Amino acid sequence: MAGLLKQRNIIAVLIVFAIVFPFITNNNYFIHIMTLAFIWIIGVYGLNLLAGYTGYLSLAHAGFFAIGAYSLALLTTKAQMNYWLAFVLALIITSVLGMIIGLISLRTKEHFFAIYTLCVGYIIYLVIDKWDSLTGGVRGLIGIPAPGNIGPIEFNTPISNYYLVLFFLLITVLVVYRIVHSLTGRTYIAIRNSEDLAQTIGINTMKNKLMVFVISTFFAGLAGALYASFIRFIGPDIGYITITFDLLTYLIVGGIGTLSGPVIGTILIVWVSQQLQFLQDYRMMIFGPILTLLVIFYPRGISGGFIDWRAKRKEKKQNQLNLENQQMLSAQETSAASNKNG
Amino acid sequence: MDVLIQQLFNGLTLGSVYSLVALGLTLVYGILHIPNFAHGALYMVGGYITLTMMTQAGLNYWIAIVVSCLVVGGLAVLMERLVFHPLRHAPAIHDKIAAIGIMLFLEALVQFIWGAEYQTMVSPYGQVVNVAGVTLTMQRLLIIVATVVVMIILYIFLKKTFTGATIIAMSQNRDGANLVGINTNRVAMLTFLVSGALAAIAVSLSAPINLVFPGMGHLVLTKAFVIIILGGMGSIPGAIVGGYILGFTEALGATYISNDYKDVIAFVILVLILTIKPNGLFAAKGGH
Repeated sequence: MAGLLKQRNIIAVLIVFAIVFPFITNNNYFIHIMTLAFIWIIGVYGLNLLAGYTGYLSLAHAGFFAIGAYSLALLTTKAQMNYWLAFVLALIITSVLGMIIGLISLRTKEHFFAIYTLCVGYIIYLVIDKWDSLTGGVRGLIGIPAPGNIGPIEFNTPISNYYLVLFFLLITVLVVYRIVHSLTGRTYIAIRNSEDLAQTIGINTMKNKLMVFVISTFFAGLAGALYASFIRFIGPDIGYITITFDLLTYLIVGGIGTLSGPVIGTILIVWVSQQLQFLQDYRMMIFGPILTLLVIFYPRGISGGFIDWRAKRKEKKQNQLNLENQQMLSAQETSAASNKNG
Repeated sequence: MDVLIQQLFNGLTLGSVYSLVALGLTLVYGILHIPNFAHGALYMVGGYITLTMMTQAGLNYWIAIVVSCLVVGGLAVLMERLVFHPLRHAPAIHDKIAAIGIMLFLEALVQFIWGAEYQTMVSPYGQVVNVAGVTLTMQRLLIIVATVVVMIILYIFLKKTFTGATIIAMSQNRDGANLVGINTNRVAMLTFLVSGALAAIAVSLSAPINLVFPGMGHLVLTKAFVIIILGGMGSIPGAIVGGYILGFTEALGATYISNDYKDVIAFVILVLILTIKPNGLFAAKGGH
């Protein structure tokens, strides 16, 4: 109970920190970086549900991110639609496409699934890149409007954008938390651990996999739509495989299959990258080997490593406690025996 | 008609390169059952090594290729030892991620050393020749011939030598190979060496008609995956046949369908195959 309370406190402190962050820094550039990091986190959570909890490594995640971003951009600039209507539609478009692709791709497993989604990701990227009349090709789309007003609230300043993204991030975390701690979440983990076994005990694996795939693409689309209206211009690069690898790096470093992993990994890497700005294009010289080493030695990343460490310490304490209890019991027995004799 | 012959010839060139890359990939898959996502990066490194050997060290084209084979082969062996070997009992998702990590590292490293610019490799075989009304460069002819030679050497190595037979044995049954006294660690290293060398040969042959740049491995790798799924994961003849099929399809598709979308063709083929048969066209014995 004390542990839970502590955990709850940490989360509360983090949320409060996130809320007061803009006032602490007062630096628009830092707010910009943080907002961007939050957007990535939303995308990483989507990837985490699928790859971390269900065990299906999708390499098309950037593709869905791009679909969300382009849907919003096209609906607002070319169709002149109301922002929030376009926002909702963008999410629906991404999810529906996710469902169609999921229906087909989830028939494959393991390596085939990874390769299949890799190819799907490429197709999405190439279509965006080549479909000049719709997507603007390599030039991309410009003039995407900022999020529309909700009543009296406007989203023109960096701070207001920051809060909007934070709001969506908190909802994302809450939803993922609820999913992971529900029977559905357990079902996903069961599928990850052994799909055959899950099927044997009566789980409809296809239905569950499809559901998690759609949820995952939904979050990718949400992140994409937020990205489009935050950066205000987009190019086909956001659908390229390197974005998927970036998201995967955040996830692995933070901890795949853990709730806090996406937050820890993304914020850590985004800030470290910020500090190592002179590296820019070469940052993968550091993060690439880290990714590989983590998978070998700490496959569950920082968060998972911490959880394991705490579990081990607890076990040790428990063992010690048991030992002391035993010693006490045996001491009592001997004293009782000596009393009898005496 | 001329266009058709020209395109068939282009398809043969493309297919040769694809086959060589896919062969390396399928060999490794046959042995360790991992899709080596870093194979495209090996291909790219090979291109830069050959280029540097020619321009900086002033070596002959062929000697540069040999050096490149050794370097990339060594790199592949190192990868097996340091990364895939420790991960041999880990869940399948781990070695994919580890391989992606290596790939990202190699790309960044190459960009750091050689820069992100597109570079051209000038081969000594740039002459244009005219065969039966089709104009072609010597380099393209060289690609086709050299690929066949490499394939024959590989075939002899795998089928006629004892060392080659151990590779086949291990891809058929790892435990069985271990039982009859085959040193599986050594075979795994050897396979990676061959796989890396094949990638280096492929890129050294094709770089003069393409360009050398850090991202050059991406498309080739994904297409090689398409090929080995087409031909059966772990199947050697499948990789060769699949490579040529893809080469021809792309060359003809670029002419008769759309040049812009020629790269999509490969992926559409794959998506169609996996949609109909989720375990690939020929579920190979070697592959899981």
